[in-house]
Amino acid sequence: MSKRKVKETHMPVGECISQVQMILRERFCHQRLPEKPVGMESQHKHLLELLRRTAVHGESNSVLIVGPRGSGKTMLLNCVLRELLEVKDVNKNVLPVHLNGLLQTDDRIALKEITRQLNLENVVGDKVFGSFAENLAFLLEALKKGDRSSSRPVLFILDEFDLFAHHKNQTLLYNLLDVSQSAQAPVAVIGLTCRLDVLELLEKRVKSRFSHRQIHLLSSLSFIQYLDNVRSQLSLPQDFPDTNFYDEWNDDQSVVDVLQRHYNSSKDFRSLHLLLMLALSRVSASKPAIKPTDLLEASRVCMVDSKANILHGLSILELCLIIAMKHLNDIYEGEPFNFQMVHNEFKKFLQRKSHSIHNFDKPVVIKAFEHLQQLELIKSMDSSTAKIQKEYQLMKLLLDHSQIMEALQKYPQCPTDVKQWAIVPVLET
Amino acid sequence: MVRYFTRLRMRRIYKWGGRPYIFDRKLKSYGFEYLNMSVEGQEAVTTVTPGQYILIEGNDDEYPFVAKLLKFFGDESHKQKKALVQWFLRLSEVPQNKKLLLGRSPHPQEIFYYLGRACDNEINAESILGTVDVQHVPEDTPFPEPGTKDTLYVKLSWDTKAFNVLDPVLMQDTPASTPPKPALPLFPPCASPTATPVSRGPVRRALPTPDPTVMRRAGSVSDTRATMSAGKRSTLEAESIHSASKLSASKILSAKRRGSAADTPGVRKKLQLSIGASPGKKMTRADVLCELLDEEMESEKVISLKLSSSVSHSLQHGCSLSPMRSGCKTPNGQRRFPWKLSSISLDRLSPTALGEQDLSSDLLLAVIPLALEDEVFEAGLPTDAGSANTPKKRQATPRRNYVREQKATTPSRRKESAMAIRKPALGVLAEEDSEDSPMQPIALTPRSKRKSAQLVSLRIRKQLNLLDNTQELISDGDDDCFVPSKKDLQSSSDEEKTDSEEETRGRNCKTSVRTPCKTPSKKDLQSSTDEGKTESEEETVVRKTRGRNCKTSVRTPHKKPSKKKDLQSSSDSEEETMVRKTRGRNGKASARTPCKTPSKKVTPSTPRHATPSIPSRTVPARQPGNILEEARARLHVSSVPESLPCREQEFQDIYNFVESKVMDGTGGCMYISGVPGTGKTATIHEVIRCLQHASDMDEIPTFRFIEINGMKMTDPHQAYVQILQKLTDQKVTADHAAALLEKRFSNPAPKKETTVLLVDELDLLWTRKQNVMYNLFDWPTRRHARLVVLTIANTMDLPERIMINRVASRLGLTRMSFQPYSFKQLQQIITSRLNKVKAFEEDALQLVSRKVAALSGDARRCLDICRRATEICEHSTSHPSSAGLVRMNHVMEALDEMFSSSYITAIRCASLQEQLFLRAVIAEFRRLGLEEATFQQVFVQHRALSRVEGLQPISVSEGLAVCQRLGACRLLLLEASRLDMLQRVRLNVSQDDVLYALKAVRD
Repeated sequence: MSKRKVKETHMPVGECISQVQMILRERFCHQRLPEKPVGMESQHKHLLELLRRTAVHGESNSVLIVGPRGSGKTMLLNCVLRELLEVKDVNKNVLPVHLNGLLQTDDRIALKEITRQLNLENVVGDKVFGSFAENLAFLLEALKKGDRSSSRPVLFILDEFDLFAHHKNQTLLYNLLDVSQSAQAPVAVIGLTCRLDVLELLEKRVKSRFSHRQIHLLSSLSFIQYLDNVRSQLSLPQDFPDTNFYDEWNDDQSVVDVLQRHYNSSKDFRSLHLLLMLALSRVSASKPAIKPTDLLEASRVCMVDSKANILHGLSILELCLIIAMKHLNDIYEGEPFNFQMVHNEFKKFLQRKSHSIHNFDKPVVIKAFEHLQQLELIKSMDSSTAKIQKEYQLMKLLLDHSQIMEALQKYPQCPTDVKQWAIVPVLET
Repeated sequence: MVRYFTRLRMRRIYKWGGRPYIFDRKLKSYGFEYLNMSVEGQEAVTTVTPGQYILIEGNDDEYPFVAKLLKFFGDESHKQKKALVQWFLRLSEVPQNKKLLLGRSPHPQEIFYYLGRACDNEINAESILGTVDVQHVPEDTPFPEPGTKDTLYVKLSWDTKAFNVLDPVLMQDTPASTPPKPALPLFPPCASPTATPVSRGPVRRALPTPDPTVMRRAGSVSDTRATMSAGKRSTLEAESIHSASKLSASKILSAKRRGSAADTPGVRKKLQLSIGASPGKKMTRADVLCELLDEEMESEKVISLKLSSSVSHSLQHGCSLSPMRSGCKTPNGQRRFPWKLSSISLDRLSPTALGEQDLSSDLLLAVIPLALEDEVFEAGLPTDAGSANTPKKRQATPRRNYVREQKATTPSRRKESAMAIRKPALGVLAEEDSEDSPMQPIALTPRSKRKSAQLVSLRIRKQLNLLDNTQELISDGDDDCFVPSKKDLQSSSDEEKTDSEEETRGRNCKTSVRTPCKTPSKKDLQSSTDEGKTESEEETVVRKTRGRNCKTSVRTPHKKPSKKKDLQSSSDSEEETMVRKTRGRNGKASARTPCKTPSKKVTPSTPRHATPSIPSRTVPARQPGNILEEARARLHVSSVPESLPCREQEFQDIYNFVESKVMDGTGGCMYISGVPGTGKTATIHEVIRCLQHASDMDEIPTFRFIEINGMKMTDPHQAYVQILQKLTDQKVTADHAAALLEKRFSNPAPKKETTVLLVDELDLLWTRKQNVMYNLFDWPTRRHARLVVLTIANTMDLPERIMINRVASRLGLTRMSFQPYSFKQLQQIITSRLNKVKAFEEDALQLVSRKVAALSGDARRCLDICRRATEICEHSTSHPSSAGLVRMNHVMEALDEMFSSSYITAIRCASLQEQLFLRAVIAEFRRLGLEEATFQQVFVQHRALSRVEGLQPISVSEGLAVCQRLGACRLLLLEASRLDMLQRVRLNVSQDDVLYALKAVRD
């Protein structure tokens, strides 16, 4: 589709393909930064300016980059940092410190990590000495001793900023932001978060110290732009060795449909990359181009309903139990049920309607029931499971009716009476 | 001489002088012409007359109040002594926050004419400490050289609101009272050069002293010693000064020699009491006369010495004696009565005096070369001695000179008073002056050389400057001791003649030094003339001095025989002791400084003794290049403003609180509340800065400032560790630190400074048992703690809300709350920060401040917005340098950026399915009538909606993914995702907002 690889004379196809795959995979797996962040020029400029001022003028700042997942926050920041470090003056003048809220889950770890990355004097090798309190006092003293003109600016990059706000007392944030608001060593505190309400997480004294600069990354791409992006993402770079020519965009309607559907669901590039990755992996020496069908298939893989897939792997007995539960849900309007009820329902079906299914012993049914629970297709409603006998624990079904029906449709060799039962419940006599 | 009679040292006795006149009939108050003050046990009497500038006892011994005396009055009983004064202010008396109004750094000797009405201009005359010289300096001329350190200068007036240029008319009476000045053409020229060499103490003392010396004691003495002939007194005036000083000094000396380590004042007092009492009783008149004569001889000799040898002997003789002689020779109507007697005494003296005169002239001849020698000698001394006593000696010498000078002064003044009548005297004086001038360089050089030579004394010298007052007091004593001894030596002239070279040399130094000292004498003259506006006044002064002289002269005999020689021999050692003393003082002072410094730079001792520091940058930070950058730098919260506008009242309250506690050496707590960004911490830091400055100026005792922040510690108990570490640099565990602090604050310790402890973010020190807070508030109540605790938190009712009773009770009710800034204040803050950097439109500033004031009143926010606006402004133009003012639209944009909710934009930018899901949520809410639904329920709606929209329905998994994405942005609030379809969904935005955003999208 987008990129048609044409065999060229100099290189064997296989090698070409592997090259192409390497390039595109790098791109899709976010291992290489794009030349220029797309669709966020103003934000890029803002952030670059800000960090440049910290690096060059020693001006302390704090900023939050906010955007939904996959909107390119980290990419933007990395682009800016890359650009910043290319400036000669700045190159050796800044000390970036990367923290991630998912890694540094409390202030103690975060402090150690900061000290380690700054390589302060109480670091020996990779170890940071001193207790939590000492580390904090040490770091604060270090920052306090610095001043605007002589100390190296420190860039604190806090990924998953919102998680830092959950630390006890927000000590770390308070101190970092306090440094950024006082005449100490110049720092820039850059927070990355996807939460729009992140400021509400901050204590008011922490909040007051934050400069309230927020860079929002909200993609407002139209579908046309989106398509352009897809195209550019798939096109090979100019300097691709040998076979490097651009083909017409395959105007296959189905592809556009697929992409439209994708676009509707999510505008971010990460999901797109996932989709394209799947398609890319189908490219091989024998099939040297991405075809629309590849994309369709990939899309299908992406969009597939996981629960329905699980249902396909269930035994008939388990499926019957699910159907029984569905009926119970209908009868009791979503109220929880227990095994006994399901079992009764199932027995009714066996007695009245079933022709193909034999009677199962109760332990067998219980086993099947437990299996369903392990698959998390049903979920226990009581917190205290110990007290109540398994048979009487209240459960809820985590499946939608449509999912069940869909699964039944696709279930291989499903007995017709079961299918029938799924549609029409066994009525009481 | 005693510089000021300070309350601590001795008791002063005040007596009215002159004839009382009825001042106010109704009140039955009487006016008096002058006031005599003397120190108990000391003969020195200071006379204060209206028109003089006086020092008035205040809180600060170092810096007494300055005022100009307008009038004396008292009641019938003469018990109450009152005075009307015109106040002058030192800069230190100006409120801290107004000091900046001065707009320049104040001259250390600068005072301000007080125009305010707040101060009662009627004072108790008994609080007068002494006199001082005040000069009016026109606004545009610079302050005189530091040589005349002890003169105070007036340039501006202060009306409690602003400094104004002082109307010279207000100060006019000073020049008006100096008509004699032009009559003495000699003095002005000699004044300035002489003033310079005597850089330190002497001048200052010289200035106040004239009154004490000249007008001293007269009243009281004359009363008691009515028998004494006035003439004698008058002739002896000159000596009286020396003798008086001599006496006291010798007494001190002897006292010291006795090995008593007691303070001089006390000793002096005791001694003087004993001595003073005895002469009065025992002395026969004849004795007294003899003594007087002896002294007279001395004085004459001194005077003659002062004169150069070039003048003919006879002339010299005449001139030296001119004051007295003239007095006796040409007795005019006014003076007749006193001078007659003096002539008698002179007659008696004459033979010896004449003989001496010859001697002295010879001596004088030798003086000049010797003075040079002396210079060398002194320069050499430090190496010889090795100890620090040489510098001391040197310092002592000028002072000695000064004393002698005073001797010279008194006659000259007398001369002056008689001047109107006596022309020859004038001529003589002129000659005398011209004589002096060649000697000045000599006098000068040794000094300067000394300075360069004295490596050892460098430090001392510095300290001397600092400890001017105290040191001078001591050195005064020293001088006094020394001078008399020398005089004694001279008086026993016969021996002296034949004395060894060294002795002469020593004397020479003295004499050589004498010359420069003339300046003060002249000054005295001036001041005396100033003071004595009329001749009659002057006369009274003379009379007084006369009386004084008798008194002192009476005393002299006693001492002379007993101590003269000892004195002389011991003078050196005496000086040495003085040096030691000053050194000790220095030591003390230097000891003080170190303890101040550590409080500031607390080096945290980290494990492995690592020094906390951020690596320094290789390329220096660039300075702001254009106006916008400059403005941005100034607007940064971190930039420390010159002053804190809009918090004057709070500043004053806190300042007063802390200052009073520091002064009293007591403790106390204060609770300060206010929303973030209202300047709480900044104000306190400002207060501390001012207090530190005040304590550096010795206005208040030194104190230590310690700051802890609840947010900057990991655990409330760490507060102990941090406090202790900042106090003592110890590093211990929390429990141990608590124990140590407990001990420290509950036990008395010598030389304990007050500790000012700032506890920021108090609420974080909360523990379940609240023992940290309890201790913090309990320590100040201890008797020996001397701890002032200032606490800061955000909530006003924190004590009530989180503290248990016993803690809240100890915190007390000293509370203060910082209100959020109003828009005007915010505007003022920005303007003051910008400080004339024109970067903003006025309207733009107003918009920002109004907006912020309406929202939070947080100054930080305000500054941040302004900074952002400058950035926007800068980016709006292609050339950063061409960017103009920050305008309305820039500010609006910045405000939008910071204040607008991002939810709506986020919804608009969401994908179609996400928007659909939001609509489904709202639809479901409407259906349920609840603000909550499970995903399952919403998903049904979603599916229906997508059918309506003609979209292919998405699967449950996709739906869940959409839902999770919305949840991650916090557009939706979700339960834990493991509940899967059963998780409940709520909106985090109002439904209206969602609908509004979606509607806009569809349009």
